[in-house]
Amino acid sequence: MSNVGIVIVSHSAKIAEGVADMVHQMVGNSVPVAYTGGNADGGLGTDVGAIVNAIDRAWSAAGVVLLVDLGGAETNSEMAIEMLDDARRGKVLLCDAPLVEGAIIAAAEASGGAALEQVKSMAEEMHRP
Amino acid sequence: MEQETLNAAIRAVAQAVIAHTQELTVLDQAIGDGDHGLNMKRGFQCVADLAGTISVLPLPQALQEIGKTLVMTVGGASGPLYGTFFMTLGKELPATPTLPDLSHAVSVAIAAVERRGKSSAGQKTLLDVLVPVHEELCAGTANVYERVKRRAAAAADATIPMLAVRGRASFLGQRSIGHMDPGARSCALVITALCDFLGD
Repeated sequence: MSNVGIVIVSHSAKIAEGVADMVHQMVGNSVPVAYTGGNADGGLGTDVGAIVNAIDRAWSAAGVVLLVDLGGAETNSEMAIEMLDDARRGKVLLCDAPLVEGAIIAAAEASGGAALEQVKSMAEEMHRP
Repeated sequence: MEQETLNAAIRAVAQAVIAHTQELTVLDQAIGDGDHGLNMKRGFQCVADLAGTISVLPLPQALQEIGKTLVMTVGGASGPLYGTFFMTLGKELPATPTLPDLSHAVSVAIAAVERRGKSSAGQKTLLDVLVPVHEELCAGTANVYERVKRRAAAAADATIPMLAVRGRASFLGQRSIGHMDPGARSCALVITALCDFLGD
């Protein structure tokens, strides 16, 4: 698929799944979407390996944006991006945006065929004064 | 370092962290989300389980493997922070380091943790232990294990009056004051266990 992919990372698997549901309702299957939530034991937290897998599932030649919730989700997502191979690393961007609103705006933008940087900046404009 | 020594050192550090799970949980419940104890326990249990295979490696590769294991298993922000610290130490240290080699590697690793956490000393994090410990390492070999251990404990205590500006504790604002930072405490635990092991 040539539209930018969306990855949703939350401490909670339920939140991650719910946000993905809302994104699908908005854009159907026109945008690759993957989500991950919870630590390796299934508790609240985030898992670097699972984030890397989610990036794989949402992969698009146009790149992938990540929407994350709190602190550890951001730090673990940055780590996951660094662990990608050189070819992919530059095509994955982390959005500094609220998870739910950011994911939906990013997906709407991506479904119109916007480029990676444009998807990120639209999601981020959301919470700028 | 001999393979058997490295194996025992890894297990000693992991055991110290695991033995303090409850204390770290209580500290993190006060100003965070309460998962630091269990996250560190999960990470260091994996490291302990792999101690046999990790200790076969030369010290630099062993440290990198410890770092990667923590990144993949801790599950909170402390995974990438500790992981980055150990991986950077591994990249910077020679196979048989001197104290100046260690001081240099620790300073590079501190800079890497600062970048990863977008933080610096004074913000109520593990950096508030790492930075003073680095100063102690730079002060020479005399009684170094004892000095580093004392400095680490005092540095963790010194986070109590600090205001958190990074991580979940920062959401509490002024209410973060009066509690020891759980990351600073776990960092002091790791350093103390290592000094106890090497000093014996």
